[in-house]
Amino acid sequence: MIDTIIDRINIAYAALKSGADEIAAARKSSPDPKIYIGMATCGRAAGAAEIDGIIRGLLSELDVKADIIHTGCIGHCYAEPIVIVDDPRHGFPPIMYYNVTPGKANLIVRAYIGRGDPLYEHLLGAMTENELIPSVMGFPRFGMEERLVTEHCGHIDPEDIQEYISLGGYSSLARALVMDPIKIIDELKKSGLRGRGGAGFPSWKKLDVAGSAQSEKKIIICNADEGDPGAYMDRTIIESNPHQLLEGMAIAARSIGASSGIIYIRHEYPLAVKIMRKALDDAAGLNLLGNSILGSDFSLDLEIFQGSGAFVCGEETALILSVEGHRGMPRMRPPFPAEKGLGGKPTVINNVKTLSTIPAIIKNGGEWFSKIGTSDSPGTAIFSIVGNVVHAGLVEIPMGVSLRRLIFDICGGIPNQKKFKAVQIGGPSGGCLPEIFLDIPIDFDSILEAGAMMGSGGMVVMDGDTCMVDVARYFLEFTQRESCGKCTFCRIGTKHLLTILEKITKGEGAMSDLDTLESLSKEIRRGSLCGLGKTAPNPVLTTLQYFRSEYIAHIEEKRCPALKCRALTAFYIDLDKCARGCDACVGSCPVECIFTAKGRKKGIDQSVCVKCGECVTACPKEYDAVKRISPAWKVPIVEKIKESH
Amino acid sequence: MMIIISVDDKEIQAEEGTSLLKVCLDNGIYIPNLCYMEGMETPPSSCRLCFVDIDGEKNPVPSCSVKVREGMKVFTNTPRVRGLQWSAFELIMSNHRIDCGSCLSRKACPLIKISRHLKIRLKPFRVGHINSGNEDIVEDHPCLIYDITKCVRCGKCLHICEKIHGRLYLTFAGRGVDMGISFFGDSDDETIPCARCLACVKICPVSALLSYERYEHSPEGSSS
Ligand SMILES: Cc1cc2nc3c(=O)[nH]c(=O)nc-3n(C[C@H](O)[C@H](O)[C@H](O)COP(=O)(O)O)c2cc1C
Repeated sequence: MIDTIIDRINIAYAALKSGADEIAAARKSSPDPKIYIGMATCGRAAGAAEIDGIIRGLLSELDVKADIIHTGCIGHCYAEPIVIVDDPRHGFPPIMYYNVTPGKANLIVRAYIGRGDPLYEHLLGAMTENELIPSVMGFPRFGMEERLVTEHCGHIDPEDIQEYISLGGYSSLARALVMDPIKIIDELKKSGLRGRGGAGFPSWKKLDVAGSAQSEKKIIICNADEGDPGAYMDRTIIESNPHQLLEGMAIAARSIGASSGIIYIRHEYPLAVKIMRKALDDAAGLNLLGNSILGSDFSLDLEIFQGSGAFVCGEETALILSVEGHRGMPRMRPPFPAEKGLGGKPTVINNVKTLSTIPAIIKNGGEWFSKIGTSDSPGTAIFSIVGNVVHAGLVEIPMGVSLRRLIFDICGGIPNQKKFKAVQIGGPSGGCLPEIFLDIPIDFDSILEAGAMMGSGGMVVMDGDTCMVDVARYFLEFTQRESCGKCTFCRIGTKHLLTILEKITKGEGAMSDLDTLESLSKEIRRGSLCGLGKTAPNPVLTTLQYFRSEYIAHIEEKRCPALKCRALTAFYIDLDKCARGCDACVGSCPVECIFTAKGRKKGIDQSVCVKCGECVTACPKEYDAVKRISPAWKVPIVEKIKESH
Repeated sequence: MMIIISVDDKEIQAEEGTSLLKVCLDNGIYIPNLCYMEGMETPPSSCRLCFVDIDGEKNPVPSCSVKVREGMKVFTNTPRVRGLQWSAFELIMSNHRIDCGSCLSRKACPLIKISRHLKIRLKPFRVGHINSGNEDIVEDHPCLIYDITKCVRCGKCLHICEKIHGRLYLTFAGRGVDMGISFFGDSDDETIPCARCLACVKICPVSALLSYERYEHSPEGSSS
């Protein structure tokens, strides 16, 4: 490349950076307190908008000037709404407050900002090491993570491009603009980066195929369809740090010579769409997108496409068809999109996390990245951990960490002194792994070998109260509902799996059903057209393999060991525990099936009971008299007392 | 360029790059199939019946989507190919109303041909019959009638419609086992060419799409 262009790019970037630094310095030197409020979808769902309003109201009432910054999500769902207050006037480091209620918000403003009392009983910790308040980093959920992709998430204002630039953002793009495109791909090859969208395909290979294709037009697509139930990593990243994604996308585009691109976001993510829209405008405004980016010979136009929320549209060929205006149905590969994609043009489709990883690789080098994690799965893994786990949320860890460490050490284990039963990894495509797998390392290949799938990062932790047959049924219900119906195995095969599982949970199964489940599952896996069908049987196969005794109990004893399946369980009132004359359960029953038995205790009329469990909740904890039992026929018979007139 | 491939140890000459399924069919080697039509650039590969084993491939592949290459060695009836074909066929039949007596397809029905070829019965053996959501016959089109209980979702009707008219007058709609053919609600005879065309009716292999006229003359239509 001609030196003058290189100079031009470097000068243009340096100007941007110094402008952003100035803004950051001004903010830093201001004596006003800074209040960071997590306002991503998760924070809002927990009431962050209300907290924001309360804090603003109080500040103006007390006539205190403060800088309120709306950040994205820091990944600690269990602690939302989160407010971080940086008020150096009081001599304390920035402090994180958790589960902020209106009352706590009031205290934060009046007591801490107003009077300098840091409210020890309400804070989670300090954001930096110091002598006064323990740092959050001493807390395993913070300290044991390794934040590479989500480093800035929850700490910066996603709608402020200047803040991202001041942190060194877009410097990797500036560097990539002066690199030979082949060198960019080489660097990714050295890094060993594998796609974070599910299959773990080496990222450089797709770029290489598209890069060497002869075509006057090439396209880059970011896949933010994220349809797995319970997964929200990609949404969080977009809502918390959209520019890192855009930077990665621009670098990938540059490496293959793509001049246009699409960010495919499901329309159920309105906040992500709004934030991304602003990010695109801001980046274009600073010539970080658009024509001749930073004075180079590289131009890139990006636009948002809103998917209509079909899970299957996350599959790359279906995604392309849906962008082209057709019904989103996968097609046979090859040709792969990198050869023939959108409009027949070479198209590279990458996941949000994959693209968001690229800037760090260009900045620190492929070799640096290859040393994080394991040798075959370098880098970090980002999971959204939900279910029966104490510190649920978004976690980023180096690959290779064991499941046990992740679930128990980092995320605090199982709440309510319950026992761990299984972890479901990879959403509907994944599998349920029992305790014996807790010590396997988290990486693409180990998890696949165990029968689950890295997927795009959904992880559901299940305790002893979970019925594994019902879990399999739940996932098959999802796949059948989300199957596009194109190919025979997925359209009809998964429906049979679902029907059989439903039968078993109702106690109508036969032992031969287990053989059918197994053989059919294997055939669906081999015969289906796309990844949806190929992986749909995984929840069935893994539960059959690791929790077979539960299936057998459902079939042979009509017993649901977890006491979950309605048809196989019954509620009764333990007369030894029931309190004479207490009526708490009576009013709670929607079908009025609770009667008075001997000694003014209560009984349940089994012929009327709908097994809703309301009486369990209504029964005062100190009595704990309502019990659930399976099989249902074992329920003790309680006689109604004859009404005496 | 003409090349030579081997199918079940028989040598066959073919034009390089032709669909393997077509080459086999043209040379009298039957491979079960429902959704493939000649001239398709990218076959839907959705019926999952035309699997073959190819030397060097890890798993059976649908022959419709494979282009022939010099020296390719193909096997059409290995145990694992048959396993997949039986399974796919059983699944299709478990969602197909078997009523040959009053069906207009009669002897031309490909399902009968496939069952003979695979040497398995029409009726599913492991699994029961499953219904597709609302199974009422769709009558919201001025001249077409759609019966989802017979439809095998091969998509030939869509393909021919687009080929003839350059656009679709019918479409796939719905999800999972409820996915079927749907019309766009155009009911104006003047604006839709269907009454004059009926190509979809002619191509439907299982008489799931009928014109009103044909339906009324069918045993089912006249009895109701
Ligand atoms: C049913 C199905 C759904 C998928 N959904 C997503 C998704 O929501 N996001 C995603 O990035 N990849 C999804 N994928 C994987 C994509 O097809 C594709 O492999 C991925 O976007 C490639 O990006 P990567 O190389 O960065 O992993 C899905 C695949 C299947 C079969």
